[in-house]
Amino acid sequence: MLELRGITKRFPGVLANDNVDLRVEGGELVALLGENGAGKSTLMNILYGLYTADHGEILVDGEPLVLGSPAESIAAGIGMVHQHFMLVPVFSVAENVILGVEPTGTGGWINRRQAARSVREISERYGLEVDPNAIIEDLPVGLQQRVEIIKVLFREARFLVLDEPTAVLTPQEVDELIAIITSLKQTGKGIIFISHKLKEALEIADRIVVMRAGKTVGEVLPADTDENQLAAMMVGRPVELVVHKDKAQPKEPVLEIRDLTVLDDRNTIAVKGVSMTVRAGEIVGIAGVQGNGQSELVEAITGLRTPLAGEILLAGDNVTLASPREIHRRRVAHVPEDRQRSGLVLNFTVAENMILDSYYSPPFSRGVVMDWDAAHDQAEHLVEQYDVRTPSVDVDLSTLSGGNQQKVIAAREFNRDVQLVIASQPTRGIDVGSIEYIHSRIVAERDEGAAVLIVSSELDEVMALSDRVLVIFDGKIVGEFDPKVTTNAEIGLYMLGSGAVHETDGADLARTVE
Amino acid sequence: MTAATVPGEALKVRLTAEEKRARILGVVYFALAVFVLWVFTLGVDPDLDATFKLSLPRDRFADLEWVVNARLVGYVVTAILAGLGALQLTRGFGTRGNLVLGIGLLLFVLSFLSWAAAGKSFSLVGMLTSTVLLSVPVTLGGLTGVMCERVAVINIGIEGQLLSSAFAGTLVGSLFGQWTGLIAGLVTGAILGAVLAVLSIKYQVDQIIAGVFINIFALGLTSFLATRVLGPNPDLNAPGRFTVIEIPLLKDIPVFGNMFFKHNIIVYATLVLVAALQVGLFYTRWGLRSRSVGEHPKAADTVGINVFRTRYTNVILGGMIAGFGGAFLTLGSTGRFEENMTAGVGFIGLAAMIFGRWNPTGVLGAALVFGFARSLQQKLGILGTPIPSEFLAMAPYIVTIIVVAGLVGRARPPAADGQPYIKQ
Ligand SMILES: Nc1ncnc2c1ncn2[C@@H]1O[C@H](COP(=O)(O)OP(=O)(O)OP(=O)(O)O)[C@@H](O)[C@H]1O
Ligand SMILES: [Mg+2]
Repeated sequence: MLELRGITKRFPGVLANDNVDLRVEGGELVALLGENGAGKSTLMNILYGLYTADHGEILVDGEPLVLGSPAESIAAGIGMVHQHFMLVPVFSVAENVILGVEPTGTGGWINRRQAARSVREISERYGLEVDPNAIIEDLPVGLQQRVEIIKVLFREARFLVLDEPTAVLTPQEVDELIAIITSLKQTGKGIIFISHKLKEALEIADRIVVMRAGKTVGEVLPADTDENQLAAMMVGRPVELVVHKDKAQPKEPVLEIRDLTVLDDRNTIAVKGVSMTVRAGEIVGIAGVQGNGQSELVEAITGLRTPLAGEILLAGDNVTLASPREIHRRRVAHVPEDRQRSGLVLNFTVAENMILDSYYSPPFSRGVVMDWDAAHDQAEHLVEQYDVRTPSVDVDLSTLSGGNQQKVIAAREFNRDVQLVIASQPTRGIDVGSIEYIHSRIVAERDEGAAVLIVSSELDEVMALSDRVLVIFDGKIVGEFDPKVTTNAEIGLYMLGSGAVHETDGADLARTVE
Repeated sequence: MTAATVPGEALKVRLTAEEKRARILGVVYFALAVFVLWVFTLGVDPDLDATFKLSLPRDRFADLEWVVNARLVGYVVTAILAGLGALQLTRGFGTRGNLVLGIGLLLFVLSFLSWAAAGKSFSLVGMLTSTVLLSVPVTLGGLTGVMCERVAVINIGIEGQLLSSAFAGTLVGSLFGQWTGLIAGLVTGAILGAVLAVLSIKYQVDQIIAGVFINIFALGLTSFLATRVLGPNPDLNAPGRFTVIEIPLLKDIPVFGNMFFKHNIIVYATLVLVAALQVGLFYTRWGLRSRSVGEHPKAADTVGINVFRTRYTNVILGGMIAGFGGAFLTLGSTGRFEENMTAGVGFIGLAAMIFGRWNPTGVLGAALVFGFARSLQQKLGILGTPIPSEFLAMAPYIVTIIVVAGLVGRARPPAADGQPYIKQ
């Protein structure tokens, strides 16, 4: 049994954990819920020894744990999959898995073959397919997640902490993960599961603990509660869980893509002749399993990646070869899929990040001189509007909780007057209260006449927001659907490539669904 | 940006970065060929021979030499370079591109030498042997850099570490013998390594500033002691040199025997150290953990690796390697200490680290190129060429920079390089 007692942790300006108690038995799954910045990750990092608590103690099977040392926690059988992956990007999968517990011969010589074999064994046993020799930075986020799980399993942890493991996964992967978690639970492992997806928590948890502002505010059994009640417990007010929007009024095309072919980092063709159109006043969603070319497609549109062939028109102008700044100047907003890799500078302050895209133009700069007062005003305004939980706009962005980092990007990008919004996983890791707000912002952008392109592996989100859904599989658009008349299950089939493939002309709105 | 072009018209397929590089490389081969033809071939008297000495007077196979018509060399090299250029542009060399590039550059240097030595005799073996010797301290400096930067601590203080341990080696060596002097050098390096470690890891002082501090401190202190202590007491600056150990049989191999098998213990140890560190970094637990600390310290921390201890250990070990290099300068090379005798070797070591892409073998390769450049400059001074010697001193560095920066591809330092690790 794992027991946290009276954990308190203060960061400059924030009481992140305030006398928190938590208990997990072997074979039990506890879901830990709470709004962004509630202190969930902090609590888990303390359990894992990455942070040192100011007060409190942790007992493993009644034995006190030495705090503040991951090595001690690992030895006590605690494993953690971190919210932001803890993988060395230039190492291979196998190297990352064995790091710290390397199988070695004499003189510390690493037995690479045994390492690769162990990875394969775990892959097979739990259905976590991944090439042990692949380099992490070449892998899409979904696969990196698998590596993290393999890492924990390799260490034979008895208690597992999963900090928002499903945030980056596709629906199929989530199902697989849940199957894995369930089987782990049956082998007697105690699991703490953090998620912002209330449905998941209700589905798999034995017990649900809710945190708000550093304290635990409630504990319920899944049978006794529902999503609305949980959302209200988390946020402290009733939350609207469905998106309200009127029928779209599509106007002139804003983004037109013709026969676009794009290479990925390994020089293989990731986008295979995609054509599509997004019109002013409509929201088009691209649904697809990670790694089917959607990332490369978005990078090509935003100027981050040079296409091999084809063309991209923005309001009729050819922008196929335009630079990211040029695209940005043409009033395009972009929320990138990996917030920590692109879109944010972690060791800049919140205010600096808020003006990262416009620092060079008035009112934030006059000639070569920055006007920090204007930047501050702007940042404070956005922090307030988007409910970013931070002690001030002058702290480093890296000190914000994951969801609050995401809100900073969303605030910056949605605040501009744009003609096209491109958002990849716009609400990844964001709590229900803030999702409500961001969704309403996206719909508002549309109603103000912007064209909106949403890329998400979160099928529910795509279905709820979009006026039209395009499914991408293996670099091609394999189908176009009206979310009001299609089921998730059908789209899911197409996402896996098993739907009947039909060519679509993206400009054709009138496609019907068989 | 113009208005829309005809819909559906495919864009011209664009070149990837690699293809661009291959093309530039092909053009470079042709440019070199033209240069060799123009200057090194048509620019020499057709009757003159260049004589390259391949042995030293006391070698077993003395009087080995290679006499060749200078113009002929020029023609041959021109032809080969042009051929390489044509092949490069038509089908490319794939993964062997860099090897071919190296061969091409060596041929270029060969034609240069035969032009410079036309009508004279030039000791090729002498130049190559001094190349190896000159590259030893650079290699050790570079290895120090690798040890530190692989765990993300920038060490600008290598120069100071070399200089201090060179001094300690001389002083202690003169008093208690060379071996004790060597140990004194190692200890001095370790102490300065520890100073850097404490400043940058514990107190999170800016690492560049910490390194500069070490350099200024070392230069000041050794210069002061050299004038005040060594000056009046020449006995304290006469440790003697480590004896040369000739490896039986291997030493008799023409050219290579002189280059690699007639040296003192420090030179051999340096070569062993390069191999050991290469293997250690990439095949052992220590290497994997060290690299993880330099790339992503937080990830290393989460798997129970002690980031601080790893950094301390490696930075201090790095200091010891610099200490070894310092000891080589006095006990292994000149046999005495002189004020500021390092004269930038530590910084060249850092450059070798970057050009060698933070790999020990790469460091050795880069150090050999630098050693070759220095050695060439010294020997050409003796030969007397129309080129000003200052320019000769510069040219190889310029070539190196162009080659490494433009053609060999991008070097990437450890991701966390220079950033202190802060635990909550
Ligand atoms: N390293 C740090 N330095 C300073 N403050 C921090 C640090 N880490 C977290 N905080 C603060 O502590 C609070 C709790 O953050 P935590 O990451 O635990 O939230 P969370 O519940 O995991 O949120 P999310 O759902 O967004 O991940 C936040 O207000 C955050 O700003
Ligand atoms: Mg968190």
